[in-house]
Amino acid sequence: MKVSLSWLKDYVNVDMDSSALADALTMAGLEVEKISNRYDYLDGVVLSRIKKITPHPNADRLNLCSVDAGDGILQIVCGADNIKEGMLVPLALPGACLSSGYKIKRSKIRGEKSNGMLCSELELGLGLGQKGIMSLDPSLAEGVKLAEALSLSDILFEIDLTPNRSDCLSIIGIAREIAVFGDTKIKYPESFFNNTENSESDGDINSMVSVVVKAPVHCPRYAAMVFENITVSPSPPWIQERLLSIGVKPVNNIVDITNFVMFETGQPLHAFDLNMLNGSRIIVGMAKEGDSFTSLDNKERHLSSDMLMICDAEKPVAIAGIMGGLNSEISENTTRVLLESAYFNPVTIRRTAKTLGLNTESSHRFERGVDPKGTLTALNRAAGLISEIEGGRLVKGVINNSVGTFDPLPVDLSVDYTNTLLGIDLKQSEIENLLTSIEFKVEKNGNQSLLVTPPPFRVDIKRPADLVEEVARLWGYDKIPLTYPPVPLMDNVISTWVEARYRIKKIMAGFGYYEAITYSFIDERASHFFSFHLGDEKRNSIDILNPLTEDQGVMRTSLIPGLLETLHYNISQQEKNISIFEIGKKFIPGDSAQLPEEDEVLTCLQTGIATPSTWNVKGADSDFYDIKGVAEGLFNELRVDCVKELRPVFTRLPDELCTYTRPGYTARILLKGESLGIVGQVASSLLDIYGIKQPVFVLEIDLQKLYPIIPDSVLTSPVSRFPAVTRDVTMIVGINTEAGSILEKINQGDMELVKGVELFDVFQGGEVFTGKKSVSFRITYRSNTGTLEDGVINKMHKKVVRLLLEEFDGALP
Amino acid sequence: MSVVEKTIDQIQAEALGELKKALDKDAVEALSIKYLGRKGIITKFLRNISTLPGHLRPEAGKQANFVKKSLAAAFDEILCCMNSSSTDESDSIDVSMPGRPVKRGGLHPITQIIKTISDIFTRLGFEIVEGPEIETDYYNFEALNIPKDHPARDMQDTFYISDNRVLRTHTSPVQVRVMEKTTPPVRIIAPGKVYRCDSDLTHTPMFHQIEGLVVDKNVTFGDLKGVINTFIHQIFDSGIGLRFRPSFFPFTEPSAEVDILCVICRGKGCRVCSQTGWLEVLGCGMVHPALFENVGYSTSNYSGFAFGMGIERLAMLKYGVDDLRKYFENDLRFLRQF
Repeated sequence: MKVSLSWLKDYVNVDMDSSALADALTMAGLEVEKISNRYDYLDGVVLSRIKKITPHPNADRLNLCSVDAGDGILQIVCGADNIKEGMLVPLALPGACLSSGYKIKRSKIRGEKSNGMLCSELELGLGLGQKGIMSLDPSLAEGVKLAEALSLSDILFEIDLTPNRSDCLSIIGIAREIAVFGDTKIKYPESFFNNTENSESDGDINSMVSVVVKAPVHCPRYAAMVFENITVSPSPPWIQERLLSIGVKPVNNIVDITNFVMFETGQPLHAFDLNMLNGSRIIVGMAKEGDSFTSLDNKERHLSSDMLMICDAEKPVAIAGIMGGLNSEISENTTRVLLESAYFNPVTIRRTAKTLGLNTESSHRFERGVDPKGTLTALNRAAGLISEIEGGRLVKGVINNSVGTFDPLPVDLSVDYTNTLLGIDLKQSEIENLLTSIEFKVEKNGNQSLLVTPPPFRVDIKRPADLVEEVARLWGYDKIPLTYPPVPLMDNVISTWVEARYRIKKIMAGFGYYEAITYSFIDERASHFFSFHLGDEKRNSIDILNPLTEDQGVMRTSLIPGLLETLHYNISQQEKNISIFEIGKKFIPGDSAQLPEEDEVLTCLQTGIATPSTWNVKGADSDFYDIKGVAEGLFNELRVDCVKELRPVFTRLPDELCTYTRPGYTARILLKGESLGIVGQVASSLLDIYGIKQPVFVLEIDLQKLYPIIPDSVLTSPVSRFPAVTRDVTMIVGINTEAGSILEKINQGDMELVKGVELFDVFQGGEVFTGKKSVSFRITYRSNTGTLEDGVINKMHKKVVRLLLEEFDGALP
Repeated sequence: MSVVEKTIDQIQAEALGELKKALDKDAVEALSIKYLGRKGIITKFLRNISTLPGHLRPEAGKQANFVKKSLAAAFDEILCCMNSSSTDESDSIDVSMPGRPVKRGGLHPITQIIKTISDIFTRLGFEIVEGPEIETDYYNFEALNIPKDHPARDMQDTFYISDNRVLRTHTSPVQVRVMEKTTPPVRIIAPGKVYRCDSDLTHTPMFHQIEGLVVDKNVTFGDLKGVINTFIHQIFDSGIGLRFRPSFFPFTEPSAEVDILCVICRGKGCRVCSQTGWLEVLGCGMVHPALFENVGYSTSNYSGFAFGMGIERLAMLKYGVDDLRKYFENDLRFLRQF
């Protein structure tokens, strides 16, 4: 909401400078977002005197003017016919930017230089005024800035109003607030209180028009006046000036007055050309489903039966409270006007405005609630203005259809409640004074309570808490002392998931991965690219009904698409070696009666060089085993691999189940036979879609399954003081035998002396090894109770080797 | 003649003289044994102190112990020098060559700031809770005193999943979910993702918020000011100015917006604060009685306050990132800076 200081001063004395005023408004709950000087755009416009006028040699209608702009003579090309030698006129110098946004440049017009532009009032945004170049008082000096010479200065405040303060959607509403903190009184325009019944007008409105409200629920109040002998013309400069001060374009006297009164009082008015109203009737009722209607903005609107319309005897003439119709618009030929001032149901207006996508100054006010008792005041004001500018003659009488009284209900406010809620200690009389200052009626209700009746324009006040806010606001939020709630110590625990999630993130960062956060919504096509299996829950995604863009159309069922986008973005920035992870939710549609499932997953991607080659390190590209190492490292850091039965195991994912990873290069991570996640290489077909041309490795872990198995504490086992001994074994096994299962066997065998095992060599190829491979392990033996003798170790090692050969059908080399 | 033939000073002088002549480790070690060993000269001297007249003993003991310590230090020092020169080869490496690279990773700035905020509040005794990101219309709006067709719905542009399901537009639904399940006292914060259909320099369609709620007997607006004041001072710095000004949220009454003095211009007025000198960081207020009614709390027994803040905005002010979209681009050159 824009308000100009000049307009405010019509109703209230302002003693503060503009920034203090802005601060005070903000602290009263009317946040000033921006302060500006309305005439800043006139900065490049100066006074100049026309010294000589000669005809333009190449154009009949143009003249060359030599003007004195203070420091020397300039040549300006001008086409206006009211210019005379000696005239003092505004000159827009090159670089000036006029109110329309037009930027003045040094130019050549038909071969003649023009060093600026002589301006009319319209071009300067100073009103519709006289035609031709603006003529200024010749006694003023050349070279002075126009704004300075005419003392043009006006501060414009842009206020971000909260939806509850509909009473401040008007200049008077803001002035009322200023009067409170400025400790002064507001001056309401006298015509607010005119009694039209007794005015000097004649005729009888009731014999000229009839109004029927068919839907009083949607239109509890409908008031109207009629004016005859209307002359439609530009409004007088002072009205134009007020409208221009808040950026509203003047149109004609009638329309300007309806706008003027709306911005002044907050009550929207609408003027109909009475001659265009068929049967001289107004019928307020619901639209016919499927009807169409052309609104003032010349757009065809499709109506539905829940929209309230203003109609004449035959047809709709306005969308109630939102916009008038082209068919009854005020025009040059208008001679009789019906002026409407109504109170419409806020919900009705809001729904219609939403459905039509039509948000107007009028609908904005009705939706938020105008003063239900202000309809006649606004009409009186408009009548006063029309008579003041001699725009027409008021017909005697006023139509006033009204259902209900709209008297605000009194609210019982306890002094104790007020003080307890705020943490202050005000007396009953202090609270009374504060509320009285904003036109609330206050009666003492015993010693400890007040009966408070808000004024009708404060439609937001309904409960004691609403009054407490008013008290706090008027007393000053800054005067309420800082205290701390006296809450008892409690058995608070940090949710294990919150803690575990943060731990995992720290571990991943420690492994050299950067955390990414990608959007929860992805392109719908992403799930097609993944070719998830039928029956895979990730196939079905949740659609967003009103997405911002198509590539954010569905809720993700996997974090991979977002992370692949991230990879692609970084690669395009020449960042080709990337290790990133994200922990976030995937969204799986469930039973429609329930909310969808939101499952948390950890997804990591790695691509590019794993180890950069430097002077002392041989570099290496990322491969499967890098990301598998991350998974193992994570399980180890979280100690989930401490308990044998809970240790996650990696097995090859059958090729037919590899939908977005490369067959043969993908492992399933199993926890007690159930899938905990996968680790593998991303399918190149998928990478193609994201424009990624280098191998990418992925790790996905279902955190819903991982969190519960993270142990709370760790039980230590004794550390041996005795020396360890290692023995190697190399065996030949079938090419398809998984080395991992041999390792697992050694680790899980019930041999207490085996303290560790390492796979240190794998060899396949060569004729000897057709269909076979050799694997070499180094086993560490150690006892907690004594130094192992050679004989004991050898015996033990033999036993282990025999067991392995049997189990894996192996042979010694 | 007493057993104490020489003064302790003489012994020290002799020992140091011999040490100067010692050429190798063995010689030094021999000297160490000669003077400080079990049967060494100093050891003997110390043992003989008991034979002195009582009034001389304390002073003699003190001196002797001092000499013992300084000699031991002198022997160790010489030994240490001999050790290093005897074992190290006299070559060198180019210490200016870069070390072996260590792979670095890091947490997203949003994660870091949520952790910082959570820590502040858990120190104050708050519990951390979380709620679903897809919410019902009831929890996201109705229960929070935002009925259908209320202009307050315009304050947030909502993504819809169906008529009745939305991507939560704020973390406030968690307030209701917690109150439904708990009897006061309640002290919670709820961090999480929220969604609004809005995208420009200062808005992203997904962002993060932290919600806070305190409910108990006699909780006041002053308490709200106290807690928020502490929080702001801990997250920014203890000198930063802040103000509470009246505002409107359907689920609090009275409501307030909290501004801090602009971190860029310190109140003078600049582009970041639109010349106002203040930056909005947080919304808060006393829990609206309608919420208590919705969850079955007695409005006469309990009062409470709630607050909510946008994390990206706080991060923006803390880290000086002016384009919020950067947080979700995940440019490594950006992420590495945190």
